[in-house]
Amino acid sequence: MQIITRREALTLSVAGLAAAAMARQATAQIPAADTAAPKLPVENGASLRILRPARFVEPDEVIFRENTARFQQQTGVQVRVDFVGWEDIRAQTAVTANTGTGPDIVLGWAEDPHIFVDKLIELSDIAEYLGKRYGGWKFLGEKFGKKNGSNTWIGIPFGGTSGPVVYRESAVREAGYSAIPNEHDKFLDLCRKLRAANKPAGFTLGNAVGDGNGYANWLVWSHGGMLVDEEGKVVINSKQTIEALKYAAELQKTFPPGTLSWGDVSNNRAYAANECFLTQNGVSLYFALKNDPATAAIAADTNHAPMPSGVIGSAPQSALTINAMVFRHTRFPNAAKAYLAFMMEREQYDPWLQKCLGYWAHPLNAYDKSPVWDSDPKLAVFRDSMNNRFWNGWKGPINQAAATATAEYVMVQMCAAVASGQATPEAAAREAERRAKRYYR
Amino acid sequence: MSVTATATWKNVRQEPSRLVRLFDWKPFLVFICMLPAVGLLAVFLTYPLGLGIWLAFTDTMIGRGGSWVGLENFEYLMEDPVFWNAVFYSVFYTAFATIGKFALGLWLALLLNQHLPFKSLLRAIVLLPWITPTVLSAIAFWWIYDPQFSIVSYIVVDVLGLRETYIDFLGSAWPARWSLIAANIWRGIPFVAICLLAGLQTISPSLYEAALLDGATPWQRFTQITVPLLMPILAIVMTFSIIFTFTDFQLVYAITRGGPVNSTHLMATLAFQRGIPGGQLAEGAAIAVAMIPFLVFATLFTYFGMARRKWQQGEAND
Repeated sequence: MQIITRREALTLSVAGLAAAAMARQATAQIPAADTAAPKLPVENGASLRILRPARFVEPDEVIFRENTARFQQQTGVQVRVDFVGWEDIRAQTAVTANTGTGPDIVLGWAEDPHIFVDKLIELSDIAEYLGKRYGGWKFLGEKFGKKNGSNTWIGIPFGGTSGPVVYRESAVREAGYSAIPNEHDKFLDLCRKLRAANKPAGFTLGNAVGDGNGYANWLVWSHGGMLVDEEGKVVINSKQTIEALKYAAELQKTFPPGTLSWGDVSNNRAYAANECFLTQNGVSLYFALKNDPATAAIAADTNHAPMPSGVIGSAPQSALTINAMVFRHTRFPNAAKAYLAFMMEREQYDPWLQKCLGYWAHPLNAYDKSPVWDSDPKLAVFRDSMNNRFWNGWKGPINQAAATATAEYVMVQMCAAVASGQATPEAAAREAERRAKRYYR
Repeated sequence: MSVTATATWKNVRQEPSRLVRLFDWKPFLVFICMLPAVGLLAVFLTYPLGLGIWLAFTDTMIGRGGSWVGLENFEYLMEDPVFWNAVFYSVFYTAFATIGKFALGLWLALLLNQHLPFKSLLRAIVLLPWITPTVLSAIAFWWIYDPQFSIVSYIVVDVLGLRETYIDFLGSAWPARWSLIAANIWRGIPFVAICLLAGLQTISPSLYEAALLDGATPWQRFTQITVPLLMPILAIVMTFSIIFTFTDFQLVYAITRGGPVNSTHLMATLAFQRGIPGGQLAEGAAIAVAMIPFLVFATLFTYFGMARRKWQQGEAND
């Protein structure tokens, strides 16, 4: 993840405000079916409190607040939005769920509605309405929104961000490739050649929530391995995983030293300093480079590609998603649902999407037409982020165990143990199995 | 007249009421006066500690209450290599960081005890690492240990040309462990040095003068006068230092988050990692509870090993 600098934030905010009005006119480009909105008479004297994670980029917050103000204007509902740090939001959601007080709506992480499902109200009416109106939900939108194995909606995914390959076109060309290959052996060959050219690739296997899990999951998924099966039975100790781990050890040799201690920002820094020429990251890295004159040349040479699909056929990536839920303790459930639906309507959602510059990708198909995805050809790969077919804890149910296995870096540490030479692939897979069984007991 | 008056005079002193007698009763009074303090301790100390211990015997997760599971968490931890690794590193980290802090801290204290120009200013400067918020110094060390942008690597490789490649401080287990110990020593020296300096200044100069007259060497003066007289404060400072180091959290969490592959987890960071981000509140609590015996042992060891000299209690030394 990239923390935006003050300079970037300033230019973005000025540009954001000036262009917000223009963005509102552009919503006509988003096709919307003529669907009757569910009847949600807003309660008398309703007021709402919303909790959501801190912004990625300034307009994320600015437009979000603007949209909220419009809702307040049109319905008379008092709405207060609180932004909290990324690492704190799950703990605060837990407290809200346990005590039955606090915010009415929380925009938490993808798994959160599934963890606190007993404390939430059903959102099927607005979710189905939005789906019908905007060309249906994308795969992950539906997956994260619906209760496991049912058609009951418990969350409204607002957007996700995925981590594709970020690479220097010139370096990859120099290594003799015109694009990022989809086969494991060719990808390894590419990384070896990059290493030989002293322009190494680098993926993090440190305890990095986003990048570490993204890479480790890719290693295992792209070889056909998985943490648990559909029923939640731990199946990590498999032939496919062993293959993935052997491959990880080979790939590791092509990286610069220190990737085992990289955090979420380390690869961004190394990439910006010409120390690393191919990595996995969200769109933040590209914009950070593009907006800084000192690194604009690197940005011009940068492109994105889906992570190699390996044996699995589609890019083995998930998307870090924010997922809205309404707590049962709210006194104004209609107002809360009306608010969520309002925020997802094109008049509000599209300007937000545009000004977030692709940091968040939409979960509803109609927003494919949003001008943001044509604003820079290098963003194309992010348009379909929410159509990725994978999630943390794939292929199992989305639940507390999946969230814990991710937060506990079970996959990351399995790969890191082998990549560092501390454990054999077999031992590492057994250890991961032992740990995962504890969480999926 | 007067005789009659005397005869009719009655003793008006009444028996004190039960309440008054109760308040005059010393044990009760002591009990009442201690109540506020007991209340504060119970609310802010006993309750959280008790809750932590209770949680350790349940299967509570974040967002879900738990039920009593007895020793199940501890049984799992007994078989968990990550936990044992954290126990090992906590002890190792505490031992070596304490040795380093005391060796260098005592040395610094002895230096500062000399007559130096700008003595007060120097003593204030020495405190800087201690008063800097830990997280700030941890982030500074995180940069110092960065695999690509380390100042140390830059000097060694690019300026002095002593090495070919940058040093990978945190990428493998042992270098990462020693790097964290070094950071902890840097941070802990001022505390030790200033406390020992205070101790040194209580030693009467006349003792040294007498020793000088008897022809004692500097080493003899150090071992025969300084060390024994410094022992009481040394014991206290060491107890504190061991407790602070053993329960250290910020340095490790900010620099390595327990990585690479859990090799630098302390019990405190592992307890947090399991309990809060991992959501396994009960397991985190169990790890935290497992720290208590170590801390009690360390405290007792320094207390009995160093502090209870007979002469401190007014008896002659053997």
